[in-house]
Amino acid sequence: MTATTPPADLTPSHDSPTPLSPPGAPAASAQRRSARDSSASWRLTDRIGLAFAWILGVGFLIVTSAIVLFLMVQGLRYLKLDLLITSPSAGFSESETGGFLDPMIGTVVMVLMAMAIAFPLGLCVGVWLSEYGRPTALARVTESSIEMLAGTPSIVFALFGTLLFQSPALAFFSQSTDGIVYGRSFFAAAAMLSLIALPLIVANVREGLQAIPGHVREASYAVGKTKIATTRRVLLPAARPSVVTGAMLGVGRIIGDTAIIILLLGATLKIVPATDVPLLGTLQGTGSTLTSFVYQNAPTGEANQPEKAYAAAFVLLLMVLLLNVAVDVAVRRGRKMAWGS
Amino acid sequence: MDPLVQSSQATPRGLHSDRRAEFLLGAVVAGVVGFVLAMIAFVFLEGWPSFAHNGFAWFGSGGSIDRQTEAIFTSANLKQEPIYTFRAWPIIWGTILVTGLAVLLSFLSALFVSVFVVEFAPDWMRRILEPVIRLLASVPSVIMGLLGVLIVVPFIGQHVISDDMRRSVSFIVSLNGYSLLSGVLILTLMVAPLMTAVFVDGLRSVPRGWIEGSLGLGINRWRTFWKIGVRTARPALVAGTVLATARAMGEVIMLAMVCGGVGFSPNPADGLIFFLEPTKPIAAAILQSAEELTSPPMRDTIFAMASVLLFSSLVLSLAGWAAKQPMKRYGVRA
Repeated sequence: MTATTPPADLTPSHDSPTPLSPPGAPAASAQRRSARDSSASWRLTDRIGLAFAWILGVGFLIVTSAIVLFLMVQGLRYLKLDLLITSPSAGFSESETGGFLDPMIGTVVMVLMAMAIAFPLGLCVGVWLSEYGRPTALARVTESSIEMLAGTPSIVFALFGTLLFQSPALAFFSQSTDGIVYGRSFFAAAAMLSLIALPLIVANVREGLQAIPGHVREASYAVGKTKIATTRRVLLPAARPSVVTGAMLGVGRIIGDTAIIILLLGATLKIVPATDVPLLGTLQGTGSTLTSFVYQNAPTGEANQPEKAYAAAFVLLLMVLLLNVAVDVAVRRGRKMAWGS
Repeated sequence: MDPLVQSSQATPRGLHSDRRAEFLLGAVVAGVVGFVLAMIAFVFLEGWPSFAHNGFAWFGSGGSIDRQTEAIFTSANLKQEPIYTFRAWPIIWGTILVTGLAVLLSFLSALFVSVFVVEFAPDWMRRILEPVIRLLASVPSVIMGLLGVLIVVPFIGQHVISDDMRRSVSFIVSLNGYSLLSGVLILTLMVAPLMTAVFVDGLRSVPRGWIEGSLGLGINRWRTFWKIGVRTARPALVAGTVLATARAMGEVIMLAMVCGGVGFSPNPADGLIFFLEPTKPIAAAILQSAEELTSPPMRDTIFAMASVLLFSSLVLSLAGWAAKQPMKRYGVRA
């Protein structure tokens, strides 16, 4: 779709949930509706189908609420304040092994770093795809490579990351001894994590820009703004809700990923700086995030302290929950200023 | 240049910066594309020695994969020819089984749930269900893995697997709850919400008039929605399925935690015990041997596994695209 054609799907789809009966004549329609609704008159197959939908729908609700409630209960049971403010440490009993302060910091650092890479890149690619898209061949290739990124398993990114960051040319980004590059650091993990957030950001930025009708662009051109100025001053502010949504979804993916963290962050539970340089040394060093902490503390991991795993999972789930709420708010705000209605 | 911009009285400087901006953006895009293509190429190249030494037998079966992995890993330490012999069928079969069963289960449930959400659920229920679906779709896989290891696996190990079953296969493999079944169940829980979310969006965008038309002809609500709504939303069904399959195939952590991590291919001939046997999908196998990347032949083998995974995800997105083509003319966009 070119930039200036108005998008085909300014659908009225979201705003009217699904009242089947036409508006007006409430009493009559209610009567008619109930007659049509009484599934007693339907064929058996239809009734079975409906029953199936109900059973699965209600079952789904029960299962998911059970999962969330269970995690909440377990998390609240095992979460103590000192878990949040102490670093993990080696020890023989649960009381000696500390909390998960370092993994929490790790998660936050990871999100900030990965988004610092993914967000500008995603914004550029999304804007280019929606507003420029020439030469067409490059646009096609870009579309399919972004789609490829979206479908690539994160373990493949992690493997590629080890390949990339163990090369001597990128020795700066991690620890190295005697010319052998360790290849595991915050830098390495962030670079690869940004790849899993990138497709989400691109898709949302693009969708947001394409939902803006062409006449908005034309109005901006008419007052003498150039294309890039139009994009920066008019289109991107108008598309902000989708941009924010994309960024939030990306953050969600980054928070939740474990494979890349385990392979590329070194999975040392504590943050271990590579050198003594204050910030840089830390980022060149290894560490952990909440996800890898949960993984290590699950019965299949090395530490095996399920209670701490539950507590950390609870904190992680809270983060995801907050992000979901934030996405909801962003989407709702976007809907309020939808074009063409 | 856009004709509108050209005809306007843009200052030369403005035009200049405009062109520069386009060029810069294009350069960034080209960089990203180049990076992606380079990544794909490198993964395949790194894995090539393993394929080259084994030929098509790489994909076949034969011997114990765990023992082969060990031999490959240790062969780097000795002053001898590195060993490359690798028969990946158990992990490929594991991937196919886990992904296929989970996607099948979640397709069926997601279809009914999404129809329910869009058309039949009472308002209050819909208001709860939708955010819950989205939340469940975004729960990190390690949390699902934790739940699996602490709840599902012990449950299967203690209540589903009987001593008779254990004894009947004890000379081949030990059953302890880490199984295909637990992997499939939890994976279904993970991908079904994802699918449902896409399906719901697709069903929502079915033109209301079409549904109303069918209802006006006196066709009941279920049949109308099944025949018109679901059929119109087919591209969305394909898109959701492809997305979910990709996610299921690439699922690492949860499967590594729950499936047992034994390079064993569950045998359908075993009857129901089949579901209780442990397995190891490709992605989990990569994670579990990630420590062994230091050994060059092992590293090639691991990259070969990764390139199989990468190739399947490429084929998957192609297949999804191809499946959508004939449906595009009717139906909704997805």
